[in-house]
Amino acid sequence: MTKRLKTPLSEDDVRSLNVGETIYLDGVVYTGRDEVHIHALEYLEKGKPIPVDFKGAALFHCGPIMRKVGEGWEVVAAGPTTSSRMNSLEPQFIEKFRPGAIIGKGGMSQPTIDAMKQHGCVYLAITGGAAVLAARGIKSVSGVEWYELGMPEAVWILNAENFGPLTVGIDTHGKSLFADVNAKVKENEPAVRERLGLKT
Amino acid sequence: MVVEADIQNAVVELLRRTVVKLPSDVEEALVRALDAEVDETPKMQLKAIMDNIKLAGEGNTPMCQDTGVTIFYVTLPRTCEIDVERGIIEGVRRATSEVPLRPNAVHPITRKNPGDNVGDGMPYMNWKVGNNDFIEITVMPKGAGSENMSQLAMLTPSQGVKGIKEFVLSTVLRAGGNPCPPMVLGVGIGGSSDICMKLAKQALLRPLDERHKDPEIAGLETELLDALNMLGIGPMGLGGKTTAIGLNIEYAYCHTASLPVAVNVQCWAARRGTVRIHLDGRLEFPTNEE
Repeated sequence: MTKRLKTPLSEDDVRSLNVGETIYLDGVVYTGRDEVHIHALEYLEKGKPIPVDFKGAALFHCGPIMRKVGEGWEVVAAGPTTSSRMNSLEPQFIEKFRPGAIIGKGGMSQPTIDAMKQHGCVYLAITGGAAVLAARGIKSVSGVEWYELGMPEAVWILNAENFGPLTVGIDTHGKSLFADVNAKVKENEPAVRERLGLKT
Repeated sequence: MVVEADIQNAVVELLRRTVVKLPSDVEEALVRALDAEVDETPKMQLKAIMDNIKLAGEGNTPMCQDTGVTIFYVTLPRTCEIDVERGIIEGVRRATSEVPLRPNAVHPITRKNPGDNVGDGMPYMNWKVGNNDFIEITVMPKGAGSENMSQLAMLTPSQGVKGIKEFVLSTVLRAGGNPCPPMVLGVGIGGSSDICMKLAKQALLRPLDERHKDPEIAGLETELLDALNMLGIGPMGLGGKTTAIGLNIEYAYCHTASLPVAVNVQCWAARRGTVRIHLDGRLEFPTNEE
């Protein structure tokens, strides 16, 4: 089943999603990876203002290639980065900033799955490396914040239209496609070890 | 006569071709993977990858936003009087704005980004002197998602082939969906700790459909690849039949008391490219003809 949703996402929208569903997004998508997580949490602790509002937002684990065009910017390539690098900061980020969706690749660990369940946030998987396909769903760029962090690490404010396909990888019911695959891989491991002549 | 500016131009063109188009052996392996998958999820992932490859080619755009850090393998003729190193450095700087490439190279501690992919030790060049009358430059733009999953183990000789297999398996299990599978595995065996890591990366320069010349090593390549594809990690770690589309091994003799093993994990976008710069200025792109 395919759904089309608009950001910022309402908690009802988010909680209605189930793992395995295919989603397309419209509206603003913010990029944010390692340095944005570190920075935003630090700013919050020091009481400094955060330049964008992450509430209900789609946060994209992405460090795009951008090209300056006149006064503005255009996206050249914008695929996801490995989400697990943000595992240690994401639960706190979700609790404090309450985004509606995290877009990335590779999945995230149990504390993030728990935080998503508690605060109403989903993980949307997008095909890693498919950066030109992803960039097609970005119609324009509204701006950039924290550019001093460098092109890959800045917060890019992207206007998405029919952005996807995104697969719901973690839902608000505590289910994770990645955990399901891991369980299957564990089941398959003994046969692999036998094939390689290793102790099972 | 070739001058430094020719090297610069050749490097810009080499990087452009390499980040836009995959070598044919990699693309063919991905097509076979799509044919082999049955379930909807892995099919959708591989379909997105194939669509992306097509769009990148049509738009002359880097297929992935992670255009890596620039590591070169250079073979010089016996006599070469031009500054190839400077040509490569300036070529990288220009390619970063002209292709464009993502400015990925940062200071390891301050994380400050100079914005042009040039800093201490980067671009990195591996030098060799050969018998050809041309300069050969190979580049492997490799993303960090896969590079971060790479590992080295200093095994003891008694752990033997079983130890090697254990280590490759545990590296792939640990990597899971993180390195953008279907992955390619470069395995280095022997040498010393540093040589072994280099061998693992250099193994990724060999076409996926070319087995090692030593039949025993070739057999190990096939055995490991077939077994790893029984794991079910699948494209993007979302499950499926294709976890890896290739596994290449390179080895070197090592100390009688050591058995180093290294695994360099590569993503599906297994980009590599070579340019030959002839002394009359003619360029040849054996891996990325247009």
